[in-house]
Amino acid sequence: MAFAAFSTTTAPSTDPVARRRSPVALFLLLPGILYLVLFFLTPLVSLLLTSFQAPREFGDIGQYDYAFRWQNYVEVVTTYWPHIVRSFSYALAATFFALLISYPLAYFIGVKARKWPLLQSLMLVLVIAPFFISFLLRTLAWKQLFSDESFVVQSLKALSLLGPEAHVTGTAFSVIFGLTYNFIPFMTLPLYTTLERLDVRYLEAGNDLYASPFQVFRKVTIPLSMPGIVAGTLLTFIPAAGDYINASRDFLGGTGTQMMGNVIEANFLVLQNYPSAAALSIILMTVILVIVSIYVKRSGTEELL
Amino acid sequence: MAVGAFADRGADLELVGIEKRFPGFTAIENLNLTIPAGSFFALLGPSGCGKTTTLRLVAGLEEPTSGRILIGGTDVTNQKSFQRPVNTVFQSYALFPHMTVLENVAFGLRRRKIGDPVAKAHEALLLVELDHLAQRKPQQLSGGQQQRVALARAIVNRPALLLLDEPLGALDLKLRRQMQLELKTIQEEVGLTFLHVTHDQEEAMTMADTIAVMNKGRIEQMGEPQQLYELPRTAFVANFLGQSNLFTGPVVSTTSTAIAVDVSGQKIVVPLERAHRVAGEVTIGVRPEKLTLHAEEPSHDAGRNVMGPGKVIDVSFSGVSTQYLVAVPGVGTMVVFAQNMAFGPAAHVGAEVWLSWNIDHGFGLDDDPTAEPRFEADLDTKTIAQQRRSSLVTELEEA
Repeated sequence: MAFAAFSTTTAPSTDPVARRRSPVALFLLLPGILYLVLFFLTPLVSLLLTSFQAPREFGDIGQYDYAFRWQNYVEVVTTYWPHIVRSFSYALAATFFALLISYPLAYFIGVKARKWPLLQSLMLVLVIAPFFISFLLRTLAWKQLFSDESFVVQSLKALSLLGPEAHVTGTAFSVIFGLTYNFIPFMTLPLYTTLERLDVRYLEAGNDLYASPFQVFRKVTIPLSMPGIVAGTLLTFIPAAGDYINASRDFLGGTGTQMMGNVIEANFLVLQNYPSAAALSIILMTVILVIVSIYVKRSGTEELL
Repeated sequence: MAVGAFADRGADLELVGIEKRFPGFTAIENLNLTIPAGSFFALLGPSGCGKTTTLRLVAGLEEPTSGRILIGGTDVTNQKSFQRPVNTVFQSYALFPHMTVLENVAFGLRRRKIGDPVAKAHEALLLVELDHLAQRKPQQLSGGQQQRVALARAIVNRPALLLLDEPLGALDLKLRRQMQLELKTIQEEVGLTFLHVTHDQEEAMTMADTIAVMNKGRIEQMGEPQQLYELPRTAFVANFLGQSNLFTGPVVSTTSTAIAVDVSGQKIVVPLERAHRVAGEVTIGVRPEKLTLHAEEPSHDAGRNVMGPGKVIDVSFSGVSTQYLVAVPGVGTMVVFAQNMAFGPAAHVGAEVWLSWNIDHGFGLDDDPTAEPRFEADLDTKTIAQQRRSSLVTELEEA
């Protein structure tokens, strides 16, 4: 699946030594396996079981029994399909903008700034610096900056770039903006690591073979930095699709911008409709899995790594 | 560069007053060079002499600080790399790892929108005998095969000028010899102008029509390989292109045909037309293979220079020939290469010998060797073998 894109050994090993199962290797793997069983497999199974639960007859709100009520899935899809579509559209848009902003940035740090290692390190620190402040605080700060009374919005209104009744918070723009902003480091860092290793002699060879700078970029630089692009877009797209902070009404979102994460949160914590929340979670996971595996397969980046 | 058409033949290259300065040092100073169309031209020099920078200037990968570059009479100084009718075989090959061999070769053709790029790429791969590997990725090929793909990728474009940046450097000796022959054959077949940059003097001599020996950003001497070898102009050329025995002394007498130089009391005669300087302190030299060893003082012969007696301090056997180091008091250590016409060495370590050579084989230099430390070519296999041998001998003696 997704992690095949990051590993170098995707081909099954035919080496007889590697194929022999060593008890020592199994023993060493045991803590990891136990951890995964306990904290990944068990919750996953529990989630799957919950998603098929049926409400208890004559029970209270939030009381469910194990069953095979597949209608849960039909119900959540018919009820929440706008949120599902919105989640993936917002995530896609945020990934696109993050890539658009991060690529030149990563290219500059990784290729152009090679001559000045100090500048390179400084810029990398600046990319990571936002992590020193809590994700929630930063998003709240943007909410302040985009609030109706803020200098930014007041100025835009004074310049008639925004209508007198317009808002910035609670719009698709602010949610996508928040997602883009928050995930830029996740896009920039993998891009940087690939571009930092980019051999500029390939670019020279492209130039030498009659390719204009734009053609060199399209035919040589982009394909060679594909591993970074794939890693960066996955690291942005996957968490962005499930994000519920940016789209939350408490932060940058509004009633019209709710994403799947918000719906899952509401179903679990407010409505106590656990089966619906679980079914939505499973759908989110499956769709991401399908999209990502098609993407990794199509981009064909395995051999570049 | 015209789109959709090949250059019909090689073009000449002219460098006029090229200067290239990097922050802190000057790579090339006042370089003037004309390479006639269709020739195989070698730029020879040690690492850091400016030869690769020259090549990159011609390719358009660097900009000269001053001076002009003309290809086929057209000033290309201000053209970008991709606009110049030039292709390069890079030292690192720089084959695109994300494309097949075929796509690598077709890359330039596609960019110039030349018809039927795939068929032409196959043709070029046939020329380097690699068509059966067209669908492989470059990293699945051996070094020698990659080198040939790099060559095919460049010549398929039929550039007016082909630049070769030490393309054989990474190959082992046997493959290198084979590729040298292939390169030469291809050059003659397609009639392109080749500019070959190398630090391997043997490679330059076997392949090139004309060699320019470069040192510290300047061209020391230019000419046909044989001329350069037999009549070096400077001490640098005398030592970089093969080995030389050099001596310095005042000119003591001059006739209409020759000069006589006093070297620590021994009179050495050099023909006048082979001497670059004819008065004052001059440096003269002779190639080691021109020397003959004598066990007794040879009788006087007007046609030969005699030096000695000296003591043999080292004998090393290398199959075809044997190298002797002879210490001559007041002159220094002389190197002698003697063909192994008989079994066993002609002289043993410690033996007293005389050296002689035909007067016509000597040459007089334009400068003094003292200004230039004796240069040892990096990667000269013979030197490495000798160093290994001497270190092994000392190791054995210590044990």
